[in-house]
This record gives sequence, C-alpha cells and structure tokens, in this order.
Amino acid sequence: MSNKTLQLYRQLIRESKKFKSYNFKEYSIRRVSLGFRENKNVKNSEELDKLYKSAEENLQMLKRQTLINSMYAHNKLVVEQ
Amino acid sequence: MYNSSRYLVKSMRSFVSHSSKNNCIVNNRSVNNIGSFRNFATLATPNVTAKEETVEKPQEKKPIYLDMQATTPIDPRVLDAMLPLYTESYGNPHSKTHDYGWTSNELVEAAREQVAKVIGADPKEIIFTSGATESNNLAIKGVARFYRDKKKHIVTTVTEHKCVLDSCRHLETEGFKVTYIPVKENGLIDLKVLEDAITPETSIVSVMMVNNEIGIIQPMKEIGKICKAKGVFFHTDAAQAVGKIPIDVNEMNIDLLSISGHKIYGPKGVGGLYVRRRPRVRLDPIITGGGQERGLRSGTLPSTLAVGFGKACEIARLEMDHDKKWVKFLYDRLLKGIQENVPQVKINGDLDARYFGNLNVSFSFVEGESLLMAIKDVACSSGSACTSSSLEPSYVLRSLGLEEDMAHSSIRFGIGRFTTIDEIDFTINLLTKHVQRLRDMSPLWEMVQEGIDLKTIEWDQEH
Repeated sequence: MSNKTLQLYRQLIRESKKFKSYNFKEYSIRRVSLGFRENKNVKNSEELDKLYKSAEENLQMLKRQTLINSMYAHNKLVVEQ
Repeated sequence: MYNSSRYLVKSMRSFVSHSSKNNCIVNNRSVNNIGSFRNFATLATPNVTAKEETVEKPQEKKPIYLDMQATTPIDPRVLDAMLPLYTESYGNPHSKTHDYGWTSNELVEAAREQVAKVIGADPKEIIFTSGATESNNLAIKGVARFYRDKKKHIVTTVTEHKCVLDSCRHLETEGFKVTYIPVKENGLIDLKVLEDAITPETSIVSVMMVNNEIGIIQPMKEIGKICKAKGVFFHTDAAQAVGKIPIDVNEMNIDLLSISGHKIYGPKGVGGLYVRRRPRVRLDPIITGGGQERGLRSGTLPSTLAVGFGKACEIARLEMDHDKKWVKFLYDRLLKGIQENVPQVKINGDLDARYFGNLNVSFSFVEGESLLMAIKDVACSSGSACTSSSLEPSYVLRSLGLEEDMAHSSIRFGIGRFTTIDEIDFTINLLTKHVQRLRDMSPLWEMVQEGIDLKTIEWDQEH
C-alpha cells in the first residue's frame, strides 16, 4: 500500500468511528477494511485511480453523514459497552 | 408550537376546569394526543410540570434490531444522496420550463435507471409508486380490469402478502374469479397445481418472489416459463427480494414486478412497479390525473424519495455479493446457535430455497408473544408487521400445515447489512435463557418430559 493510500485508509477508518449509531459504525469499519483488502493486489494504475477517487468521495460522504448521525444520536444499544 | 397549544387550550376549555395559560403548559406529547389532554390539564400543577420537564430518565439501552423484513434502516449513503434534494434541488421534476425542474428531472431519471438495473429492465419500464402495496394493487387490479372483457380469472397463492390477497378479494366482489394455490409443507408451490389452475380465462398470475414471513424463494424461472407458454401475465411481489437475490426480468419471464424502497435500506413511501413494454402489458390506472409515469400513476413524483430509492437500488446491486455473504454467515451462526442451545425447535420454510436474511423458528411449548416479551432486548416479530397487532397465528404458517400451537410459537429473525456478530450472539444467549425459563413454567413441557404424547390427551373443552 502506498503512503497516500494508507493515509486515505486511516482517514476512512477514523471517520467511520465517528458514527454514533452502533450498526453504521460497525458496518462502515468492516466495509472499509474489506474494500482495501479486496483490492490490495490491484496494479493497474487506471483502476487504482478509479478506486482512489471513489474512496475519496466516500470519505466526504462519511464526513457529512457521521456529523448528521451524531446530531440525532439515540441511546446506546444493549450490545454496546 | 405556541399557537397550536393556545388553540388546544381554548378549544378544550369547555370541559377542562382550571386551565389557564400558566398551569397548562402543553408539551409536545399532549399536543399530539388530544385524548390524554383532559387528564393532563386537570392534574398538572406548575410544580408537577416543572418536575416532569427537568427530571431526565436514566439512559435506557435500546434493543437491537432484528426485524429487517418489516423495514430496514436508511443507509447513510442513501441519505447522503437524498439531502441535496431536501435542501437545494427542490424543483418539480415535471416542470419543463426552468432549470429547477430540469435538475430534478435529471436526478429522477438517473434514479429510474438505477432501479431498472437491479432487475435487468429498461428504465422506461419502471414506474415510481408509493410502495410495494400500491405497486401490487396497480399490477393486479390494473391488469385484471383492463382485460376484464375477455378474461376474468386471477391465479395467486395463499401465502401472498395481505395487499395481494386483499386486492384479489376486492376483485372478487367485482365479479372476478380468483384461484388461491396452496403451498407445500416447505412453503413452495407445486408447479403442476399452478399449471392446472391456469385457464384460458386467466389474465394474470401473481406469485411472490421471497416470502416476507418465512423467506422462501419461489421458483420464478419455472413459473415464468409456464406463464409464457400459457400466454398469461406474470406478476411477482419482489419487495423482499430485490437487491438481495439476483433478478433478471427477461430471464425469468416476469411481466410485472413490485419493488419497495424501505426494504432495501431506502426511504419509506416510495416503491416501483416494473411493467414490461415488449410484449406490452396494459394496465387500467388506479390513480388518474396529470398523466405522469406513462399515465399509469399520475401525481408529482416525490423526487427526493425516488432518488433515495434509486441510490438504495444501486448500492444493493453493487453490494449484493458482500451483503449475501455476510447475511449467510450470520444466518448460519444464528441457526447453529439456536439448534445447539435450544432443543425442540422447528425451522419454518424450505431450508435451501430461501433468502438467508430471514429465519423463522417455532419454539415448541412456548407462546410466541410471551417469548417476544421476554426477549424484549431484541426487536423482532412473530410474523409480518401488518398483522403483529393481532394475536391470531400467522396465516402463512398455517398454510404450511403447521399446527396452531406451532404457528403460535414462531418468531421471525431478520438479518441485514448492518447486523453484527455481537447482536447474533446476544440473541442466542437470550433465547437460550428465556426459552428454557418459559418452558419450565409450561405444564405441557412437563408432560412431554414425562413422555406423555400430547396428541393422546383428551381435553375437557371442545374447541
């Protein structure tokens, strides 16, 4: 993983953790790491660019949605600490 | 808020004795509930009101959600696609004279394409409706009424959703004949019975793709083939199927297909109906007016909902493999956990031909509703949400040939994209504890433990 990609990965995970909703948080973390794992062997630079771009869009989406999610946060679920 | 409470206070004055502006601070809750207003107004003194407002309840933890067949949470990605339409792009998608309209129209048409793609259809064949109930009504009543002069017969199954059964019942009062095909013990229909039920009079066959209560998948391809050979239209209620199992309307020979937005992590209040264009399926519209949606469903499109629905379809299509794997993984875990820890359970519906996000289990000798109360930290239901207010056992389970007591003791667990491993393990633990506890209280369970066959017992009361 290049430095740039690693940084993006970390940002996505950090942002995912900001979800107040337990289910969204868990899914987001799971989905982000799965996405990076699945594509770790992609070498084609065109495809890499595409992946990178979509990950950046997702990062922006996460920034907006985690904020909205936190504004309407509910009580925690019974499975949460 | 102020205005509305003043209005209420005034209008209630005739039967509330001491209501003045000071001691009758109407909070949000009582504004919505006129019925409880009287109580509130007579009891409320300034002190009590102040106390009520300041004392906060201790943070109670919320139950986990395992009722994905009833509805699903909105995916944040869907909400993200919808918000621009709730803020800036508010144009009427049918306005052809200005930029606001054009923008809205473009967004809606893009959504239509996303919906079409998930079922392998052409965007022109998708009609936006208010949900799967409307789609089912439009499909069945629409086709039946349009072809009523020549064909007056409808074929459907006994395990359909209420909105299909009720549409059919409605048509019966209009003089149509309806055949309700029974299902086998595993919930699937017998194709031979279906074939025999179709007559030259039949205009439409309606069979749901994935059952909402037991999750079984009907053999769409085979039914489609029969319908094509017999020359009748094939409608399917795919509210529980779209985005969860692969669908191709051409491969399956489907002529009409109903979709719901809120079952696929989209918004409530929107759905779609696929209507085949070649060969053309003609419908008598239920809602007439401005002629939107090819004249089949007039009324301004809820552009925001349509866009959310489209986005939900797109995510479902792209994430189908991930979701399927995850849901199957959790299903296996839940099933194994229940089977290992709770004796005497029965899984309802076929074990293989099913969507694995649905697990319907009967816990013998336990009353379903009391189990639901006992495991109130898990939000699930004993059947469909539409009938959850009645204590009648599910008609779907009864039609599988289940005894009344088994139908009464069933619980439906819905697993979805956002369900976690911890939630499944939590559910297994809770079930293990409470099923045993409830059975220990049951005299029937005691008798079974002593080796008495319950069927041989002669009960005093006839019923």
